[in-house]
Amino acid sequence: MKAYLSIFRVHFISVLQYRSAAFAGILTQFAWGFMLVLMFKAFYQSNPSAFPMGLSQVTDYIWLQQAFLNLFAVWIFDHSIFTSVTDGQIAYELVRPLSLYKHWFAKTLAFRSARTLLRCFPPLIVALFLPEPYGLSISQHLPLFLLTMLLSTCLVIAFLMLIYISTFYLLSSTGIRTLVMTIGDFLTGGIIPLPFLPHSIQHVIELTPFGLMQNVPLRVYSGDIKEWTIIFPQLFWLILLIVFGQLFMKNALTRVVIQGG
Amino acid sequence: MIELQQIQKSFKVAKRTAGFWQTSRALFQKEYTQIDALSDITFNIQPGEMVGYIGPNGAGKSSTIKIMSGVLVPDSGTCVINGLTPWKNRKEHVRNIGVVFGQCSQLWWEVPVIDSFELLRDIYDIDQAAYRQKLNELSERLTIGDLLTTPTRQLSLGQRMRCEIAASLLHSPSLLFLDEPTIGLDAHSKIAVRQFIQELNHEHQTTIILTTHDMQDIEALTERILLIGKGRILLDGSLKDLKQRQQDHTQIVIEAVHGNFQAQAGLTLLEQTAGHYLVEVDTQQLSLAKAIESLAKQLEVTSLTVKQPTAEELVVNLYQEFEI
Repeated sequence: MKAYLSIFRVHFISVLQYRSAAFAGILTQFAWGFMLVLMFKAFYQSNPSAFPMGLSQVTDYIWLQQAFLNLFAVWIFDHSIFTSVTDGQIAYELVRPLSLYKHWFAKTLAFRSARTLLRCFPPLIVALFLPEPYGLSISQHLPLFLLTMLLSTCLVIAFLMLIYISTFYLLSSTGIRTLVMTIGDFLTGGIIPLPFLPHSIQHVIELTPFGLMQNVPLRVYSGDIKEWTIIFPQLFWLILLIVFGQLFMKNALTRVVIQGG
Repeated sequence: MIELQQIQKSFKVAKRTAGFWQTSRALFQKEYTQIDALSDITFNIQPGEMVGYIGPNGAGKSSTIKIMSGVLVPDSGTCVINGLTPWKNRKEHVRNIGVVFGQCSQLWWEVPVIDSFELLRDIYDIDQAAYRQKLNELSERLTIGDLLTTPTRQLSLGQRMRCEIAASLLHSPSLLFLDEPTIGLDAHSKIAVRQFIQELNHEHQTTIILTTHDMQDIEALTERILLIGKGRILLDGSLKDLKQRQQDHTQIVIEAVHGNFQAQAGLTLLEQTAGHYLVEVDTQQLSLAKAIESLAKQLEVTSLTVKQPTAEELVVNLYQEFEI
């Protein structure tokens, strides 16, 4: 355990060094956040009763999504993992007395949380001061929000692990990355919140792990989801994906071909 | 300590000729050729030995090292190192080995070297006192004390390689694999690295397996050489054996004022420029002493040198001999 904590620490520290990337990210998230808020405002002005969530719940969703983009977005990859497989650097990770699955998990968690820590505060603070209903309200459900946020973060990583491991079988990860980027972003509610989709589609998505990623904490925050039992399906999928990922990894490593050298 | 028996590994390589149609066809039906990287590798290595593992590019050196370090799983054959099979007991096995792959880095790029070392300390669960002691020893021996606070990305290649070697030894492994440790280093750094490896082997009886293309590494370091080619071990012996094997043809360089060279049995002229002769003696037909005597009669010799083949030449000859 100590080893994985140290891995987490080293990667966390190294990501924290990239300040200008973080600054650029913050600007993008502001621009994107304002654009979405204005877009939804226009919709709500025409007919507020036609929508499944209140405008202030939607703006909470948008600002949190922008602030925690690096925790929740399924299309943000730690590229060093892909390159380590393709350029043979992976050999060094395999000569350590560590489980490669846990190693990558710790690394990805560090990568995502460090990036989030660097970027989340400016959007959160600014959004808190924006006038109602455009800004971020103070949540009445913070404990459940934090718990589901943690579970979602792990769930996203457990899913991404499958993409990382598939690089062992594929020559290039570009294809699968693009696929995840578009389909995954839609299914998790990255493009529009899932309640805005037709009910039938929404129900199907909620049966998959995608419906339990950012969809849950972002809606728990504003009270759109109140039942704490939502953590059970999250836990179920988390355990399932981790078990499957470890088996997948085991199989990948017996047939891995280390390129180069 | 290390026993490899009939290790085999083949790779599938996609085969396709150039051109649009061939490429389109390959979308539906891929053709593969089987490349036998290792077809039958068998050898034993005793504890404390220092072995040079040589062979041309693509001979399977790195594949063997990767199998022995638990990274690659062979198709068949057995490999037992300290009683463990590397790919089956990977985590247990790698605790006792240190590895340096000269082409990659095991240090974390963005952080100071010391941070990488401390991470390795935690990964191998080395206790603080032992770690301190080892770190002091290594930083003194490899003169890296001043580099520890520098981020890896800012180190020169020579500096980095010394840090890499230190990193591979922090957990005091009994077996060290060095895959081209001197690649790209300047003469000074090479000598420093070699000297350190030698001391390590003498003082800690660390078993060392070294692959390299630099024959000076082999000459300076290893008693025993394993030559691999076409996926099998072609030769297992000492550098001395190798030299003896090729001593049948000795070359002599002569500077002479005047005289006439006459070819005779066992004596051939390879090169002649004004006053300079390069002669080859076939010692099976004519002893070296006789050859020199006869040469001295024919030519008024001002200088005479018996050429010793360099390790480099020995290996080139070997590669030719085995057609690899």
